Amino acid sequence: MAKNCHNDYKMKFSGDEEFPDLSLHNNHMAKVLTKDIYNKLRGKSTPSGFTVDDIIQTGVDNPGHPFIMTVGCVAGDEESYEVFKDLLDPIISDRHSGYKPTDKHRTDLNFENLKGGDDLDPAYVLSSRVRTGRSIKGFTLPPHNSRGERRTIEKLSIEALATLSGEFKGKYYPLNGMTDKEQDQLINDHFLFDKPVSPLLTCAGMARDWPDARGIWHNDAKTFLVWVNEEDHLRVISMQQGGNMKEVFRRFCTGLLKIEETFKKHNHGFMWNEHLGYVLTCPSNLGTGLRGGVHVKLPKLSTHAKFEEILTRLRLQKRGTGGVDTASVGGVFDISNADRLGSSEVDQVQMVVDGVKLMVAMEKKLEKSESIDDMIPAQK
Amino acid sequence: LSANKARAALVRRGLLSLNTTFHGSIVDEWGLAEYPDLRQHNNCMASHLTPAIYAKLCDKSTPNGYTLDQAIQTGVDNPGHPFIKTVGMVAGDEETYEVFADLLDPIIRERHNGYDCRTMTHPTDLDSSKLHSGRFDERYVLSSRVRTGRSIRGLSLPPACTRAERREVERVTVDALAGLSGDLAGKYYSLTQMTDAEQQQLIDDHFLFDKPVSPLLTCAGMARDWPDARGIWHNNEKTFLVWINEEDHTRVISMEKGGNMKRVFDRFCRGLKEVERMIQEKGWEFMWNEKLGYILTCPSNLGTGLRAGVHVNLPRLSKDPRFSKILDNLRLQKRGTGGVDTAAVGSTFDISNLDRLGQSEVQLVQTVVDGVNYLIECEKKLEKGQDIKVPAPPKGN
Repeated sequence: MAKNCHNDYKMKFSGDEEFPDLSLHNNHMAKVLTKDIYNKLRGKSTPSGFTVDDIIQTGVDNPGHPFIMTVGCVAGDEESYEVFKDLLDPIISDRHSGYKPTDKHRTDLNFENLKGGDDLDPAYVLSSRVRTGRSIKGFTLPPHNSRGERRTIEKLSIEALATLSGEFKGKYYPLNGMTDKEQDQLINDHFLFDKPVSPLLTCAGMARDWPDARGIWHNDAKTFLVWVNEEDHLRVISMQQGGNMKEVFRRFCTGLLKIEETFKKHNHGFMWNEHLGYVLTCPSNLGTGLRGGVHVKLPKLSTHAKFEEILTRLRLQKRGTGGVDTASVGGVFDISNADRLGSSEVDQVQMVVDGVKLMVAMEKKLEKSESIDDMIPAQK
Repeated sequence: LSANKARAALVRRGLLSLNTTFHGSIVDEWGLAEYPDLRQHNNCMASHLTPAIYAKLCDKSTPNGYTLDQAIQTGVDNPGHPFIKTVGMVAGDEETYEVFADLLDPIIRERHNGYDCRTMTHPTDLDSSKLHSGRFDERYVLSSRVRTGRSIRGLSLPPACTRAERREVERVTVDALAGLSGDLAGKYYSLTQMTDAEQQQLIDDHFLFDKPVSPLLTCAGMARDWPDARGIWHNNEKTFLVWINEEDHTRVISMEKGGNMKRVFDRFCRGLKEVERMIQEKGWEFMWNEKLGYILTCPSNLGTGLRAGVHVNLPRLSKDPRFSKILDNLRLQKRGTGGVDTAAVGSTFDISNLDRLGQSEVQLVQTVVDGVNYLIECEKKLEKGQDIKVPAPPKGN
C-alpha cells in the first residue's frame, strides 16, 4: 500500500533525525512521547497504513497553551489504539484520571437507571443537551479516511436514519446540496456545522475534501440531531429547551439504540470494546463519548470564590454558551460532565443532574445573601 | 473486454462502485467511488483530472510513496475563484512529474502557454552578461528584484518531506551559504533559534516569512512541523536573501532599491552559481532536467522558477484603459506591492514576467527590462500629452 511505502522510505532516516521538536509544547502527546517510544513505534503501521507520525502530527503542529492541555494526537482507525498503545495508553491515563490498560469500561444506555432529572428549575436551567459520537466498524476515522469511505459512511447513515419513525422521523441535509433556505433554517436552529477552522482539527486532516459527504440529519421536532462526517463518523445529539434532562436522556438512549440496530443489521456495528468503550477519533472522547450538559444561569455562584472547586468536586466542567473555548454570556454557563471513560452514560448524566440541582440550590441561597458553606460537596 | 476487466479489477479493489446512481452526477459512468467532486471547482487540476485519468493513476505512487490523492488534495480542498485559476496540485518529489505525467503534462501545457514537455526542451541560461539596457529611470522604478527557487535532488519536496529530510535540506543549504564571501558573505537565522532582536530586525527589513496561512499551501501539507528547520539567510549588505523550507526547499532572492536590474541579475546569477558549486562539492545537486528545467513544488514555477520584477510608479499609465492589454502583450503581470494577491498602493505596482518555462533566465529578465522600459516611455509620453501605442503581442501568442 502506498502509505506503508512512504513509512518504509522514512525508516532510512534515524529516529533521532525524525524525532519532533517538542521543546515549546504543552499537550498530552508532548508530555508522554519520548525518543524510546518514538523509536519503538515508528516502524509500525495499522493495517490501513496509519503511522505514529500521523497520530502525532496535530500535536506537533499545535504546541498548545500554558493553561489548556489538549490531547495532541488522534486515532486514524480502530487499530490505532492497539498498534500504538505504548503511546496512547499513558495519554489515556493522563487524560482520564489514571485509567489503566487493564481497566474495564461499563456501558449503560438504560435511561430508566437515571434518577430524577425531570425537575431542574427552568427559571435557571434554560436548555438541556446530551451528545456523543459513534464510529462505524470497518472504516477508518476522519483523520485518515478516503473520499470513498466517507461517502459510504454517509450512505449507510442516511439509510439507517431513514428507517426511524415516530418521534424520530426526520430528514437529511447534505452540506453539499442544501438550498439557501434550508441553510438559513439550519443556522437559525443552531444546527449547522461549519468547515473546521481550528488547527487542532485541520492539522489532523479532518477537513479534507470538505464538504464532500458531510451533512446534518434532524427529526421533525428538532430535538434529535445527527452530524455526519465532522470530527467523528457520527455525532448524535438530543436536546430541548428547559431542564427536563430525564426526557433528553430518554430520547438520546432510545434513538441511539435504534440507530445502532439498523447499522448492525447491515453488518456495520459501532466500534466498541470492553476496555475503551466507544472508539472515537480523539482519545479524550473514549468511553461514553458523552457530554451531557445544560445552559444554566448562575450569575452569583459563578463569581463565588469556591465555584471552580465546587465544579471539580462534582466532576463537572464549565464552558461558555458557544461551546468549547468560548466565554459565558450574562452569567449563563454550559455545565457538563468532565468524565468520559471509566464511568457509564447513566453515571455521567446522573452527575450532571445531581450537580446542577445542587448548584441551582446554591444560587438561590446566594440570591438571599445566605451562606453556601455547608452545601459544599465532598469530592465525587 | 479489457475495459470490463479493468472495471472488475477496480471493483475488487473497492475503488469502483457498482451503484452508479450514488450521488448522481459526481459519479460518472465508471462509478468511481473515490473520484473527487470537482463540480464547483475552477483550477487546472480540476480541468484536466478526468475520471479515466484518475482511475489510471489512483493506485500508483512515486518510489518514496507519494500518491495522486496527496498531490491533488490542495486542489480538491480549494475550489478556486471564477476569475483566478490556480494550479490545484503540487509535487511531493521529483518523480511526481514522471509518475503522474498523464495529469501533469496537460496542466503544464495549459499553465505554460502550450509548452509540451514531451517534445520541447527548456533553455537554462544564467549568463547575466547577456542582459542589456538593464538600468531603469529611477524617477519611476523604486526597486528591483529577481527571485527563483531551487530544490535539492534526492530529498522530498515540502508537501511530502519528513522532518529528517527538511532538516537535511536546511543543513545542506546553510553549509553551502556559509562558504559565500565578499559581497555575498552573510548569516543564517533559524526560525526556531532567532532572538527577539533578530526577529524584529528581519521584520523591519521585510525579510521575515511567516507560517503559511493560505489554504492553498496548508492543505498541501507545507506547514507541517512549523517552524522546525525553517530559516532565513541573508548577506550582510541585505541584497541577497535565501528562504529555507518555506514553499520550496530554497527560495533565492536578489534585490536592491533603485533601478539597477543589471546589478541585481549579476548578483543573482553569481550567487546561484556559487551556491550550486558549494553543494556539488559535497555531492549534492539541484533538481533539474532538460524538459522541465528546475523542478519546484508548484508546477507554475517550473523552468526558471524566475520572477523578475520592479516596483514602479506609473500614475498616468495605470489609469489608461489600455494598461492591461499593454502588460499582456509585453508578457508582464502586475501585482500589488505586497506581492501575490495584494492590491497596489497609490499608483505603484509590482511588474514582473508572466512566463517561467520555455524561455531562459536571460530571456525572461530581458523581457522585463524591455517591457518596463516601454512602460516608462509610455508614462513619459502621457506626461507630455502624447499618445501611446499598444505594442504588438509576441509572435506565436
